[in-house]
Amino acid sequence: MMSENKKNINRRHFLKDGVWATCLAGLAGLGGFLLSKLKKNNTVWQIDPYVCVACGNCATYCVLEDSAVKCVQVYEICGYCDICTGYLEPEVNPPDTGAENELCPTGALKRVFVEDPYFEYNVDESLCNGCGKCVKGCTVFGNGSLFLQVRHDRCLNCNECSIAAACPSQAYKRVPANEPYLLKKMDHA
Amino acid sequence: MIRIGYIIIGIAVLCLSSGVASALERFPPPEFESGYEFPSTTTPHPQQDIYEYIDTFVLLAALGISSYLVLKKRSRRAIFILMVFSLLYFGFWRKGCVCPIGATQNIVLSIFDHSYAVPVAIAFFFLLPLVFALFFGRVFCAAVCPLGAIQDLVLLRPVSVPNWLESGLRMFAYVYLAAAVLFAATGSAFLICRYDPFVAFFRLNGNLNVLIIGTCLLLISVFIGRPYCRFICPYGILLRQLSRLSKWRVTITPDECIQCRLCEDSCPYGAIRRPSVNWPATEYGRGKKRLAVLLVLLPILMILCGWSGSSLRKVTSRMHPTVRLAERIYLEDAGKVEDTTDASLAFRATGKETGTLYEEALNIRANFGLGGWFFGGFVGLMIGLKLITVSIWRQRTDYEAGRASCLACGRCFRYCPMERARLKKTKEAPV
Repeated sequence: MMSENKKNINRRHFLKDGVWATCLAGLAGLGGFLLSKLKKNNTVWQIDPYVCVACGNCATYCVLEDSAVKCVQVYEICGYCDICTGYLEPEVNPPDTGAENELCPTGALKRVFVEDPYFEYNVDESLCNGCGKCVKGCTVFGNGSLFLQVRHDRCLNCNECSIAAACPSQAYKRVPANEPYLLKKMDHA
Repeated sequence: MIRIGYIIIGIAVLCLSSGVASALERFPPPEFESGYEFPSTTTPHPQQDIYEYIDTFVLLAALGISSYLVLKKRSRRAIFILMVFSLLYFGFWRKGCVCPIGATQNIVLSIFDHSYAVPVAIAFFFLLPLVFALFFGRVFCAAVCPLGAIQDLVLLRPVSVPNWLESGLRMFAYVYLAAAVLFAATGSAFLICRYDPFVAFFRLNGNLNVLIIGTCLLLISVFIGRPYCRFICPYGILLRQLSRLSKWRVTITPDECIQCRLCEDSCPYGAIRRPSVNWPATEYGRGKKRLAVLLVLLPILMILCGWSGSSLRKVTSRMHPTVRLAERIYLEDAGKVEDTTDASLAFRATGKETGTLYEEALNIRANFGLGGWFFGGFVGLMIGLKLITVSIWRQRTDYEAGRASCLACGRCFRYCPMERARLKKTKEAPV
């Protein structure tokens, strides 16, 4: 009786050790698999500006109180227009730059005179909330030099970006952290 | 000047009416005469990659120290201090991202999506606590997990949960794990991250609904110890099963159990197992019969759950944005809805064929159908196994920390008179 009991325990231990070793091997195997396709670089979230429809979700869905998404300006593409459809409300007549005619709800888009008849438009990121109103105006009527980007000095790089989950055009992508921006390029020569 | 303006508006209206929205550079960039140079667009860089390595190192160190404190030092106070450190570092300083619980989904996604590769830190965050569980039990839960720590801190008036309720509620964690794997594998959503109840506290900011869930859980945690860890945490399921096999684990007594019963009510997580009494012969016979029936029922239960999981694919697949979009487009095209959404407008602006969209959506739904079988099969298997373990009599002679449920918090140590004797001895010895 005694020896039988002992044998039983041994068998149980043997089985348990077997399962234990299998689990360890499984974890090692998974580790090996992950290593085989490991990337050296982390990924970060970014908006593809050619897919973005400037719906305004970026301003409200970010987990940060002040969204990590801001409007950026690629100056080479900008037309430096006097009547900028990203800057002014549409159908403003006569066109003047009073605050009531500005499109930006926070006054983050600044206008600076360069030379007749050109004006430079700059985004003040401390004011911009990423609502994309100027982006819409600029893309629909203008050159599209204003567009939204995730600013990585602010982004927490959540595992699941909550704006990406709410993005109607699926414009959010994981991009390599060493090339974290998808800036628009000039399409003229 | 004004005339140029009107011309511009005229062109703009023309562009709009022709429906071309994506054309670039309608107005050629000017050639400046004043020597104006284009300012460059700023591109601030993400946090340094070095943080990844620091995080991994801190995790490894914390797991090592936690194992030492739980198994060797046996000091609740030291475990508590490490726990607070982890809460501050992984929680409030690193804002709760990345954590092993959420990393599960990245691992699953990388297995099913060949184009997605897991970064080094995430792979380590997922694997290290599991390896430690195989050797030392749930030392990760004890003092490293920030989600566990925040609940442990507010536990003031522990109430014990009856065994049947505890086991029943735990089934939710299995369902949650299976759902998280299903949605991650199909590339639909990271469910665990979306409904992480405490991350909003770490960031002092977040979605209102999740904040409400988190607050409720914290309020419950005042009375019921670590409800998230015990009843919800999907990663905890993996740790549970691996810690069943662990080489070393928490023992309440450092010596031999003298069955004094002093530790009986010391565990706020209901993880202390009492010595078993022999089943009466009648009960034993009935248990045998029940076991036989359950063993036959197990495959049936699995198939039934798998079938229901699979037939839910119309509902579950809606978690995928493409399926949602396809359904919306279908409704609009069939004239069943009048208005449009941002998503449908964005899709139509791309000029893609609706046919290809429908095909994509159907493929994804088929994946959900297949995944549903695994989802349901897994849930059925777990329910069946739970029922089976209830019907098995297990011999236990001493008071023990449950192999799977013990969170290694170390509260029970001080209740043991043998432990007190040991402490007294170690205090006297060096002098």
